[in-house]
Amino acid sequence: MTSHNITSTKITSSTLLPVGLVLAVLVLALNSSGYVVTVIGFAAIYAIFCTGLNFFMGYTGQASFGQNAFAALGGYGSAILTGGYYWEPVPAMLVSMLFAGLVAGFIGYPTLKLRGHYLAMATFALGLITYEISIEWSSLTMGYMGYSGIPPLGIGRFELVTEKQQLVALTVLMLLGVWMATRMRQSRFGRALRAIAGSEAAAQALGINVARYKLIAFVVAALYASLAGSLFAHFVGFISPEVFGSAMVIQSFTMLFLGGVGTVWGPVIGALMVSLLPELLRGLKELQDVAYCSLLVVMLIYAPRGLFDFIVQSFEKTDIAKIFSKNRG
Amino acid sequence: MPILSVQDVTVQFGGLKANDNISFDVQAGSIFAVIGPNGAGKTTLFNVISGFFQPTEGQVFFNGCSLAGLAQHEVSSRGLVRTYQLVQLFNDLTVLENVKIGCHRVTSGGILASLLRPRWMKDQEKSVEEKALSCLDFVGLASVAGMQAGKLPYGQQRLLEVARALASEPELLMLDEPAAGLNVQETSALADVIERINARGVTVLLVEHDMGLVMRVAQQMIVLDFGSKIAEGTPEFIKQHPDVLAAYLGGTETTDV
Repeated sequence: MTSHNITSTKITSSTLLPVGLVLAVLVLALNSSGYVVTVIGFAAIYAIFCTGLNFFMGYTGQASFGQNAFAALGGYGSAILTGGYYWEPVPAMLVSMLFAGLVAGFIGYPTLKLRGHYLAMATFALGLITYEISIEWSSLTMGYMGYSGIPPLGIGRFELVTEKQQLVALTVLMLLGVWMATRMRQSRFGRALRAIAGSEAAAQALGINVARYKLIAFVVAALYASLAGSLFAHFVGFISPEVFGSAMVIQSFTMLFLGGVGTVWGPVIGALMVSLLPELLRGLKELQDVAYCSLLVVMLIYAPRGLFDFIVQSFEKTDIAKIFSKNRG
Repeated sequence: MPILSVQDVTVQFGGLKANDNISFDVQAGSIFAVIGPNGAGKTTLFNVISGFFQPTEGQVFFNGCSLAGLAQHEVSSRGLVRTYQLVQLFNDLTVLENVKIGCHRVTSGGILASLLRPRWMKDQEKSVEEKALSCLDFVGLASVAGMQAGKLPYGQQRLLEVARALASEPELLMLDEPAAGLNVQETSALADVIERINARGVTVLLVEHDMGLVMRVAQQMIVLDFGSKIAEGTPEFIKQHPDVLAAYLGGTETTDV
């Protein structure tokens, strides 16, 4: 029975703590200037993106360097449908997600037969191709100029005009995304994904259709990425090819590994840290980048499995954890 | 009808015949062993039966149905579950989670069910947990259920792999050198587990080097040497078979001296 107590403590501490943190950040941001709101908003969008990426890279243990392609599909889909064809943001977002999901399935089916470095290269190419298309197909995407005039999020006549209102919506959507990820992770589906990360041979021997589950994880990641792209378009009101360039891949990897790849809250914590750190270090002027990188290295040395694991472990050593486990018991 | 019927299986890698025209039947409810010196083609045969690769010629029938052209996960989802010579655990997951994944084959539900968590899904999760714990109990690992699988000592990792396979409710359990790297006590504990699995009605097909283990648990066996079947019979029969002695001891002419 001891194992039950361990799991319930873990679940309690690993859910309450991050949700509390997220809400605290939200409250702080709502009482701050517009610039802080923008930074935190980006963090929330990236958290959604990374939560999706985590399905493919964390739970399933595959490498994708091309998730930015699906963010671009979402972003441009929303921009064109709402800005160009005056659709409502929500249906535009859903249609873009559907499209991104279909593309992911169509491309993933042959691509996911590759493994390791080859898969990484193929997916990277996917991102580059999408980037080129977004530049060259200028009649649709406005090319380098970028697409402007994208309305803010809203339903019907009810528009989220201010950035703070949008931040609340972004946070709610992010929490919803994380909640769904948690439910998917802790299920037969999630276990199958994590089995693939552990050993494809063993997963197969236990009757898991490895190719199929990899594809599903890829599509789920693409849906999250597309949503993140759409939200970015509405939040900023403007997108350009650069937004969804390779820098996005590096940024999201940093977030994922810093926060804790394969954990539920890791992407969120990582997204927040990586978004906030450069801002906090701004005072150091030319030393900003040096300090930022040093901090990343230090964190990865002392929390090699990511900040989430690090926080949960230190939390469990404290008395609060014992109180929780007593209440549960 | 035998549960597993291997018919004229030949596997050719270029000029090398790893399996040459091998046939045998495994009766339901028995413990059947495949033995032979290193390089005799045991693992190749195992890989063919489990669908890991296709034979050049011949066929494998499971419960009367041909397994030709089926992918490995399709073979295992029919109830023919294997373990590996090198332990293949999900190292980062807990012992209990490992066994829960074993239940995959006999459960259902995808993304939608995981999000909506209908009644049947909750019931299923509960029974998966109970079953996983009982499988761990069966092999004597219940006390380490919460531990990370990769941190278990080697002997227990072997047992965990068996428990996980057991959770998938196989009709035929194929164990690829389960005693490799185990000491005498651990091997004896493993033999005990294999016999108890068999007592639950599971047919066991065993590839093994450890003669003590094979002679103790197997009721029927075949011997491979250089890709060919050289003998088939009960352990007592095999022990006396001149070709088998030759294969293992390197020739019968030594008896003349």
